[in-house]
Amino acid sequence: MPYIGQPIDRVDGHLKVTGRAKYAAEFAVLDVVHAVLVQSTVGAGAVLDFNLDKAKSMPGVLSIVTPQNALKLATKGGGPQTVRAPLLQDMNIAFNGQHIAIVIASTLEQADDAASRIQVKYRRDEPVTSMGSVLGQAYPPKQFRNGERPPDSMRGNPDENFSSGAAKVDATYVTPMEHHNPMEPHATIARWDGDRLTIWTATQGISGAQSTLAALFDIDPANVRVICPYVGGGFGCKGSTWPPATLAAMAAKIVNRPVKLVVTRAQMFTSNGYRPRTIQKLRFAADDEGRLVSMRHDGFSQMSLPMLGEFSEPVGLATEMLYSCPNVAVTHRLVPTNASLPTYMRAPGLASGNFALESAIDELAVALRMDPLEFRLRNYADADPHENKPFASKMLRDCYQQGADAFGWSRRSPEPRSMRDGNVLLGWGMATSTYPTHRMPASARVRVGANGTAVVQVGTQDLGTGTYTVMSQIAADTLGMPVERVQFELGDSTFPHAPVSGGSMTVASVGPAVLAACEAARDKLFDLALSDPRLASPGSDRAALRLQEGSVVGPAGQVPVAELFARHGQDFIEGSASAKPGAEQKQYAMHAFGAQFVEVRVDADLGEVRVSRFVGAFDSGRIMNAKTARSQLIGGIVYGLGMALLEETHVDAETGRIVNANIADYLVPVNADVPNIETILVNNQERNSNPLGAKGIGELPMVGVAAAVANAVYHATGVRVRELPIRIENLLT
Amino acid sequence: MSEPSVTRRTLITATITGIAMQSRPGQADDTTPRSLPEPVATHSGQVGPITVELQVNGRALPLTVEPRTSLLDALREYAGLTGTKKGCDRGACGACTVHVDGRRVVSCLTLAARCQGKAVTTIEGLGADSQLNAVQAAFLHHDGFQCGYCTPGQIMSAAALINECHTGSDGEIREWMSGNICRCGAYPNIVAAIRDAAGKA
Amino acid sequence: MQAFSLLQPTSTGDAIAAAQAHGTKYIAGGSDLMQLMKDNVEAPDQLVDLEKLQLTGIRTDSGGLRLEAMARMSDVAAHPAVQQRWPVISAALLASASPQVRNMGTIGGNLLQRTRCSYFRDTGFACNKREPGSGCPAIKGASRMLSVLGGSDHCIATHASDLAVALMALDATLELHGAGDTRREVPIGEFYRLPGNTPNIETVLAPGEMIAAVIVQDTPAARHSHYLKVRDRTSFEFALVSAAVALETSENTVRDVRVAAGGVGTRPWRLPEVEAALHGATLNDALLREASARAGVGARPTRQNEFKLTLLRRTVLRALQTAAA
Repeated sequence: MPYIGQPIDRVDGHLKVTGRAKYAAEFAVLDVVHAVLVQSTVGAGAVLDFNLDKAKSMPGVLSIVTPQNALKLATKGGGPQTVRAPLLQDMNIAFNGQHIAIVIASTLEQADDAASRIQVKYRRDEPVTSMGSVLGQAYPPKQFRNGERPPDSMRGNPDENFSSGAAKVDATYVTPMEHHNPMEPHATIARWDGDRLTIWTATQGISGAQSTLAALFDIDPANVRVICPYVGGGFGCKGSTWPPATLAAMAAKIVNRPVKLVVTRAQMFTSNGYRPRTIQKLRFAADDEGRLVSMRHDGFSQMSLPMLGEFSEPVGLATEMLYSCPNVAVTHRLVPTNASLPTYMRAPGLASGNFALESAIDELAVALRMDPLEFRLRNYADADPHENKPFASKMLRDCYQQGADAFGWSRRSPEPRSMRDGNVLLGWGMATSTYPTHRMPASARVRVGANGTAVVQVGTQDLGTGTYTVMSQIAADTLGMPVERVQFELGDSTFPHAPVSGGSMTVASVGPAVLAACEAARDKLFDLALSDPRLASPGSDRAALRLQEGSVVGPAGQVPVAELFARHGQDFIEGSASAKPGAEQKQYAMHAFGAQFVEVRVDADLGEVRVSRFVGAFDSGRIMNAKTARSQLIGGIVYGLGMALLEETHVDAETGRIVNANIADYLVPVNADVPNIETILVNNQERNSNPLGAKGIGELPMVGVAAAVANAVYHATGVRVRELPIRIENLLT
Repeated sequence: MSEPSVTRRTLITATITGIAMQSRPGQADDTTPRSLPEPVATHSGQVGPITVELQVNGRALPLTVEPRTSLLDALREYAGLTGTKKGCDRGACGACTVHVDGRRVVSCLTLAARCQGKAVTTIEGLGADSQLNAVQAAFLHHDGFQCGYCTPGQIMSAAALINECHTGSDGEIREWMSGNICRCGAYPNIVAAIRDAAGKA
Repeated sequence: MQAFSLLQPTSTGDAIAAAQAHGTKYIAGGSDLMQLMKDNVEAPDQLVDLEKLQLTGIRTDSGGLRLEAMARMSDVAAHPAVQQRWPVISAALLASASPQVRNMGTIGGNLLQRTRCSYFRDTGFACNKREPGSGCPAIKGASRMLSVLGGSDHCIATHASDLAVALMALDATLELHGAGDTRREVPIGEFYRLPGNTPNIETVLAPGEMIAAVIVQDTPAARHSHYLKVRDRTSFEFALVSAAVALETSENTVRDVRVAAGGVGTRPWRLPEVEAALHGATLNDALLREASARAGVGARPTRQNEFKLTLLRRTVLRALQTAAA
């Protein structure tokens, strides 16, 4: 039986449950010293002067780096993952909590203490702290989706057709600033050996870190080695190479010692991006038979000042393609504020955008007095109405059907406040999920040893997504060996290149490369075998051979690989390959889909919302490992529950300083918030999207959760909440 | 700067143990032995380095730290025991959970100096690669983690919870595991793992 | 964190003597003080560790309950007599923090924990409680979690302890030990000070004085006491609003009732207006509704937290209904 698809335990599981998996800050590096970042306490203006006297006199302090003595970094080169500010290159302050200095000392305690003794004299300008005050200054993004497409799209004539609708929604939805808060803070150890930089850093993209650091320090990328075998969660905030990694390298160069820099939890709120606040204006209309006739989705997302870079939350992507509607307009605008640079956060755009989209769809269904699932089925898009292409696969109907059956949706009583259990109002809600299938080029290499083992290496990452495990499964199947004999290695920039681990594309990108490299090694083995009379007769080719349990099997018999190697005097065989997206990208629209069903219990008097049941049914293509896949699914749903009910970063209106920059006040779900979650996977036949048929599974399950909860809360209480998170005060009716 | 004299040998032993335990997969090969942090006398003269002897995982572990050094930093930065994780450093996430004299506590809010003579159990002391403790085995089997960073704290908390007899229902397990945040959202699998391990205990 | 020296005295007298030195603080469980020190809100030169004083007793007799200051929250919560005779104490403790923190936190330390107001805990903001006269940006800022009762123009920080709310509803007494072997007893209702224009002074404790024990009487109302905590997250969160009630009835008449609330006041907040409406009255649901609707006399909410008044009344009602059932 092939390993692909099997629910095998994680191959890195032993190391994780015994505490021996090593994360960035945990590498033993000789002579390492500690750095602590100092951040601004004003939201706009400039540093006029530092008083470092007290800090410099503290025991153990080796150096204090400010813009006045920082290394000048190169301003060219790098790539989309390069973050160029704030890197202590000038004295300007663009947001509250901006890095303004680094203190390096012998111990962490000393560095931390000295950092608190730095006195800063500021020029205080008045920061722009809310989108509302500057909505009129909104501007179109210059690099929407990395410049791959314009920020706006239009088909038909939505505005003209809006008025003709029998049911209409014209509403504004708001999603808050949110922070990723992976459990592992951003951490880096940097060591210079002459012009060569070795950096252990918590990153979703070692290749991006390598190119960024090479560009900023103006050195050959070959002289930058990035090591990251484990990442303690990323969710997007470790996708770019953020200033703390660069500043650690700068500090190490200045003190000429290896430097460890671990960002504090509070500093995480201004060091590595966030999901920007969005204001979304939706105007949807449907005819009296429940067909969508007009959809307009105008999205505004919060941005930093443009000097820090650009990130646009693509809230309208699903609106363009999820339903069959002839008249659709989508716009994206950016609203500059004195905040740090926003970034990708689990299901960027889709998570925020689908809250608005799927809430509005629910509102239309209510207006039409139609079951919300039935309404969605009436507007089902069999082909992509935006790209005018067939879907590589779309089994969303199966998701709806199987999800609804498992949930018992048909027993729902449609009227709000109609289901009750004592003081508790029950609500059932649902929403559609979708996320695009991405793929980027990747390379891999494998060495098959005479002892019947294989080592596979790719410069990719495992964020807990299961990369180690599923790549081992792919290699084991291809090489015909037990998975225990495969050692998959990642997280080292000396390995073959792979893209950032983001966009749910690691299996689709790296998997085919591993497959091809293993096939290349296998072919070399077969070539050896073809010369062996015990296996093949003259004229037979590789197609007649297969690998099974460490032996090459041919029409005439089988020979252990070790014996083949011995006969040919070889210790090992190597294969390497690159794989990249092909013509299928033009042929098909590629998306994963899902249907989310949730039951909430709302205390009728106290307004507390608790989630009591969840069913998610997903078409994410072919599944590599049923166990790690389910973990991704429940993890995404839990992330979505946080978005629905708990998460919001509060910004002080006067100073622009984040008020709840800690994980006690920035609420994320705890164990008691999470009920039983049933997950269903409907499409294991996919072959069109990529060689493995994987459509991506990390972000899909988060999409639609917030809308499903909001729709359930409406069903429970009759209160429509259009701003996340849904709070007790919204429900004290 | 004063050189620590008492503890060097023990520290080196602990350090070497730490390195010897590194293994597949994905272990970077570019690791070199860690240095000793060098605690130094601070300005007032009364608050400088102190020697504390902890009983960590059944073995005496003398450390030269400062009075302000947390148990978490003592373990991670001074003893090379990096299995215990720093997530928030404010007691709000549970990633640093260890047992002190048999009770689960957050080591980030515990001063190492107050643990003199106390028994500290960390994830490294709960089992070994060849012989996982029942809770570790259940977490592995039920995939009660993803990124793995909160996992040592979850497992230390779970092991304590089973001893505390708070496994009466899934709801009880959830409540008594709510001091350990898992941002990957593995909670349902964590509950399944604890239910399983408790049944075997 | 600033460097400090650590003293570990073995007698209360030695501890109190040591604490007379400037810049000295007691450390009990440390779960709050360590956070404050890490955030540079507290920067003592010297810590006096109370752990070796052997003040961990949980003693009950026919007269009542005596909790020594260093008794751990988890031990008190799990104590069978506490669960049976003062259920509100156990419930309030179990609704506090996390199991790990409850294993560290002590009764005395819990009562002296500082506010969770984010402006207080971040030295990047001005704060009158931290630095008198520097201003209070919280009043016009992110005030959802802050108090609606007992605030001043200088401070609206919420008192965070669940236990203190329970003890208010039990009319507990605090036994304080101070310099020169002085001992005094202070009712918990007189222990906490309103912020006024000195929000930095939170209790009546004299310099170096410590809470040695908490004394609670055994009353019929205490046996029918209940704690209800309302919060956004199901667990491991401070109260948005909480209510502690102790209720004695006989022949369907309210003989004794005490009601206190958390999450709403600058100190744990007693609600005499609710109690007055209940005393001696015939118990029925209408009475409970009428009485709980009176809660919140003198409230000065902000726009962000005015919902807490509605929530307070409903929380008190639910807690009364539960205690009466």
